[in-house]
Amino acid sequence: MSRFTHLAISNPDDLRFGVAPNPLTTRRGLTIGGAIVYPELNFTLPPMLVDEKTMPEVRGQYLQIITGALQRAVELEAPGLVIEFETLPPMTENPAWGIELTQILLDAMETTHAKHGLKTVLRITPNDTREMERPPRMRSGKLYEAMLETFDGCAAAGAELLSIESVGGKEVHDEALMMCDIRSVIFALCVMGVRDMRFLWTELDKLARKRGVHCAGDTACGFGNTAMVLAEQKMIPRVFAAVVRAVSAVRTLVCYECGAVGPGKDCGYENPILKAITGFPMAMEGKTAACAHLSPLGNIAAATCDTWSNESVQNIKLLGGMAPTVYVEQLIYDCRLMNLALADGRDAALLYRKWMVNSDAPLDPQAYVLTPESSVAIAKAIVNAPTSVAAGKAAALTAVRLLREAHTDGRLKIHPREISWLDRIQNSVETIPSSEPEFIGEMMSVLDTSKFVAADYEL
Amino acid sequence: MQDLKALHEAVLNGDAKTAKAVTEQALAAGIEPLKLVQEYMMPAMAEVGRRFECNEYFVPELLLAARAMKAALELIRPLLVASGAKPAARVALGTVKGDLHDIGKNLVAAMLEGGGYEVIDLGVNVSPEQFIAAIKEKGANIVAMSALLTTTMPSMKTIVEALKQAGVRQQVKILVGGAPITQKYADEIGADGYSESAAGAVAAAKKVLA
Repeated sequence: MSRFTHLAISNPDDLRFGVAPNPLTTRRGLTIGGAIVYPELNFTLPPMLVDEKTMPEVRGQYLQIITGALQRAVELEAPGLVIEFETLPPMTENPAWGIELTQILLDAMETTHAKHGLKTVLRITPNDTREMERPPRMRSGKLYEAMLETFDGCAAAGAELLSIESVGGKEVHDEALMMCDIRSVIFALCVMGVRDMRFLWTELDKLARKRGVHCAGDTACGFGNTAMVLAEQKMIPRVFAAVVRAVSAVRTLVCYECGAVGPGKDCGYENPILKAITGFPMAMEGKTAACAHLSPLGNIAAATCDTWSNESVQNIKLLGGMAPTVYVEQLIYDCRLMNLALADGRDAALLYRKWMVNSDAPLDPQAYVLTPESSVAIAKAIVNAPTSVAAGKAAALTAVRLLREAHTDGRLKIHPREISWLDRIQNSVETIPSSEPEFIGEMMSVLDTSKFVAADYEL
Repeated sequence: MQDLKALHEAVLNGDAKTAKAVTEQALAAGIEPLKLVQEYMMPAMAEVGRRFECNEYFVPELLLAARAMKAALELIRPLLVASGAKPAARVALGTVKGDLHDIGKNLVAAMLEGGGYEVIDLGVNVSPEQFIAAIKEKGANIVAMSALLTTTMPSMKTIVEALKQAGVRQQVKILVGGAPITQKYADEIGADGYSESAAGAVAAAKKVLA
């Protein structure tokens, strides 16, 4: 494990779509972060149960999805395509199913490559099924073992990029969000989450090396995106969700410290911060993820992407065709524009990026904290901190400062009823002691410790 | 004795300590427990719900209010039980099998408890058998199911059918909710009620019991 103590990207102008200081080249020659943005398609089943009885239909669904998407990618002369297979819980609980479906996708990708030369790569994202037990067992047990077996089998079959939306710390974070308790958020992300990420990604790194594949990345989806969706539903302040986003980068960073090399997974809206720190390429999703969830980040999310994704679309029939095929078209067109801008030179790319950023940043604090300038500022605060808790504090306070300054200067609209929350968040963060053991002691005395297995978090 | 309006204000402002203190004083002064619930606490929670629906309150304020009400109810409930009064309903609440999302479900629990309902929270990934057990062994008369994925929605239908098979369907009213759920889907699977949001859960429960 190695800590990042400096930024790979310290000039905000260098934090832009398509280019990463540390690009990744796949077996078939996709160089992600190497001056081309690739579409990344993510899909799921229509409403149906997944069990022994329905597996024949499930196989048929995935075959339909992949053949339709690949055909459209060929027709539109896509420069390459990243396919993400995000399993459903039964496919992770029954590794043989997940592995079989991975093979179906890979076979179709191989056929298309042989026939048409389309370069593709598969990202496998098993569910973190550890949370199916309450309290979750994070380091042992049948669910954990089945999850690792799924990773291993899918990697052996040929899935080259390993990802997960891990959930360590969620036992505390969900309630912390509902109460807008930033101290508990920082504990969940920067103590529990960091420790679980370190454990899990150390194991995944060993597995990836054994199979000759890459650990791609993790996200704080169940943390930052849950906050974003709650804010979108007006359940929590947007400024609070923005601060959570900033802090979540501390947790996500751990996968890269443990050997992940990108592309970071699409639902990590905190990825611009991680790209600034690590220099690894990042997948992002924005407006094209509306099929799965709404967000205030539709355009700005593309500003720093190296693959452009759609989160997850169900295989249902739309007027234009099956939805995954429709979405791969949308992604390809978006990537065409970004690649034209890249090909036109740095100034053209920066101009397009400026439009993407300015489209969203003035309208929502969650977008504002993800501008290239904000991302670099938050990234700097994180790498300069001596511990994960200190990094979480620094990220939170930097986010609050950026939001306050932008609001005062008229660069950002914050709803009047949310302004007082900036003070509340800041005051609460400032009560966190600088000593991590002291902070842990304080939190363990007030949390409902029946919700998590403390030993699994070294607590 | 403090003016009982202080109880209303304490619930409205999420002040559990004051809510409990005023309730203690009121009970000691011989005020009818049901009067405290019906004339002060429930109107306060109704106002909380209104403020939440109008985006004046965020969820933390709503939950703090529900907790304040729950703290006061803990003093009152034993007296109501002793007098033979029953809760408005006993709700078996859970996120259906295969689904792990629980924030929405937890909000519904808080709203229902704040509305005077007794909630048996079965958690997540809840099987038909667990719902049936809650009906048979704990006397639940409402089954409230949540699902957040289109791939777990079908479990709701499975559970409705299982309740019929177990011979307990007629004993309960079924409420459903969650992001992919619609009134149409609720009607298709034979649910009795549907709420688009956690805040609407109490109204939905009242409607099905009427």
